[in-house]
Amino acid sequence: MRQFWKTMLRSPSGMIGLVILALAILVAIIGPFYFPNSPWRMVQRPFLAPFTVSTVPLGTDALGRDVLAGLIFGARVSLLVGLVSTLVALIVGVPLGAVAGYFGGRIDDALMRFTEFFQTIPSFALAIVLVAILQPSIYSIVAAIGIVSWPPVARLVRGEVLSLRTREYVQAAIVTGQSSGWIIWREILPNALSPVIVLASLMVATAILLESSLSFLGLGDPNLISWGYMVGAGRTVIRQAWWITVFPGLAILLSVLGLNLIGEGLNDALNPRLSREGR
Amino acid sequence: MMLKRVLLGVVLGCGLAAAALPVDGRAEEPKVGGVINAVIQPEPPGLMLAMVQNGPTQMVSGNIFEGLLRYSPKLEALPGLAASWTISPDAKVYTFKLKPGVTWHDGKPFTSADVLFSIEMLKKTHARARNNLAVVEKVEAPDDLTVVFTLKQPFGPFIGIFEVGSMPMVPKHLYEGTDWNTNPYNNAPVGTGPFMFKEWQKGSFIQLVKNPNYHEKGKPYLDAIYWQIIPDAAARAVAFETGKVDVLPGGSIENFDVPRVSKLPGACVTGAGWEFFSPLAWLWLNHRNPILANKKVRQAIMYAIDRNFAKDVIWNGLGKVATGPSASTIKFYTDDVPKYDYDPAKAKALLKEAGYKGEKIRMLPLAYGETWQRWGEAVKQNLQDVGMNIETIATDVPGGNQKIMDWDYDIAFTYLYQYGDPALGVSRNYLTSAIAKGQLFNNVEGYSNPEVDQLFADGAVATPDAKRKEIYDKVQKILVEDVPVAWLLELQFPTITKCKVKDLITTGIGVNDGFRDAWLDK
Repeated sequence: MRQFWKTMLRSPSGMIGLVILALAILVAIIGPFYFPNSPWRMVQRPFLAPFTVSTVPLGTDALGRDVLAGLIFGARVSLLVGLVSTLVALIVGVPLGAVAGYFGGRIDDALMRFTEFFQTIPSFALAIVLVAILQPSIYSIVAAIGIVSWPPVARLVRGEVLSLRTREYVQAAIVTGQSSGWIIWREILPNALSPVIVLASLMVATAILLESSLSFLGLGDPNLISWGYMVGAGRTVIRQAWWITVFPGLAILLSVLGLNLIGEGLNDALNPRLSREGR
Repeated sequence: MMLKRVLLGVVLGCGLAAAALPVDGRAEEPKVGGVINAVIQPEPPGLMLAMVQNGPTQMVSGNIFEGLLRYSPKLEALPGLAASWTISPDAKVYTFKLKPGVTWHDGKPFTSADVLFSIEMLKKTHARARNNLAVVEKVEAPDDLTVVFTLKQPFGPFIGIFEVGSMPMVPKHLYEGTDWNTNPYNNAPVGTGPFMFKEWQKGSFIQLVKNPNYHEKGKPYLDAIYWQIIPDAAARAVAFETGKVDVLPGGSIENFDVPRVSKLPGACVTGAGWEFFSPLAWLWLNHRNPILANKKVRQAIMYAIDRNFAKDVIWNGLGKVATGPSASTIKFYTDDVPKYDYDPAKAKALLKEAGYKGEKIRMLPLAYGETWQRWGEAVKQNLQDVGMNIETIATDVPGGNQKIMDWDYDIAFTYLYQYGDPALGVSRNYLTSAIAKGQLFNNVEGYSNPEVDQLFADGAVATPDAKRKEIYDKVQKILVEDVPVAWLLELQFPTITKCKVKDLITTGIGVNDGFRDAWLDK
């Protein structure tokens, strides 16, 4: 574990990513205490340019709503959707992949065909359809993103399990008569975890992007402000008021970049041999 | 210019100078020739006006077909296919003299037989025409150029039902005895109007060309109109900027873009041309919800909504705060009604009196684009500010329509046309008899007040107009006190044109029949 942190801290990209993410989380948690007003409240005159009035430092949008308040409340939604939907994808993908890889044969075939069924449909198109059918709300969005993002997890876990189950310690566990579930849980999964963690960090980034894209298209939860919604709502007035789209756009860019950097740092830290060989 | 047009309309409306437009009275001599590109949004589902009455259909086909009458911005009747008309003293017999020498686009003469056929057809295919004609006992054609309507009882607004979109004239020789739904002329409509259908490339453009034999000598001035179909609002604005299109009819671009586009060099903007329709926006308040059934809650909603903000910010200053069920542009409007200024404190007090305890209220915005979405957000915030617990339901147009038709909503945005007279466009939204599941218009909110029913029934048939006014003054007062729905704004859809496009909007129907008089200053 100490080795892990050492490598992580030594990798500059991982550090930058961690700092960005920490900031975003901090803003999401404590920001609303400094902005008790709803981000939907019309507080100033519309289309106020940034840095002109101190109470609304990032300007106001088409209805006179505070862009900064929108960013802060939007951070909550974006991060929450990113994390929860990734969790959903992991909960679905990891057991499926593990079962398929461990048992092999027909079970493997059946589960992988099922996975491929989802993989053949473009994920964003599927997410749009799901949200449209289920009515846009935070729950349907999380569910849709989870549903479109689990197949890569399942395939990755299956691959790892396939190779691990031939190792001697797993064979030994089988010989001692331990149950399959126990072996997968205790012996195989912990060793298959590192690539999954790396993948998960990237999936959070993808999920944030997906949520933003859905909101941009007007399929966001209408009761919650999110960065994608802000970009989408400001899109039509971008020529009059660039700041309405640019700031939330930057927020999306930074948080996705941060998560990708973390993913890279994690990769270095969790596969030290691989990364050293690479250099 | 505008005043002149209005005066002109008044003169014509009195039937004094029906024959010739005093061309010399205009500021400029119209020039002949030229092609205009206009935006049509969205693409119409069809162009056969007798079968399809969507807004975009009316806008394109109003230049192909014609009605018996046209209407000035003051809503006085102007001659159309009917050159003159008389009304019997008991207000039950309307005699129309048709204009002689009018031909269909295929050269066949237009006669009273076409009028009789059109009426029979519209009764089956055009819901609003059917309602408007319900009061007619019989229609006769004593000769080729005379049509006589006999009514069961006097019906004040009757003279207002002959506009092209409400009662388009259909060629009998092409439709009689055919299956109307599959008639090939539905795709290549034949009318009497100033422009003839030429070509429709689906998803791209609709081309109309000049009718060389138009019955108004010298008109139309233009050689052709291209209705361009451009699905994205921003792209439509760009098309206007780059000069690809010359006319942006109301609603073509987002309101946020209107000020910018209006200020472009060579752009002219007008709010005129919607007087006949007078779209009025309001919130359906579902009276089946026990909270909204309480008059105090409904009044609180009226006080809570900052409608001036909506007008100034969301609609960029266009339109007018609605005072009640009638738009100020239609007949018998009165502003002598209780007023609901923006007053959150009063709204809070009323909610408290009503015993509202934060129960959840679902709100359905109108999925017609950015403007309506922003409006939904602003109204929601207004209502939340006075302590109402509002949840926005996200939906698309068909989904939202379905919910309204199923009465599955608490608050829902809408806007409806008023058609110039309270008996045609207003009463339908408040009459008990107009409550029926499965309809998008009429009495969707479920308001029922026998006194209002009676007054509207009396108002429709009362004569003379002074008597009608008295009745409608009274009913407007009662309705505004009761707040059956929460009236928001009288909408104004600005028409933006290149300034070189002249005289496009000369009637209360605007672009819908406007190309007849339009010309291009080269």
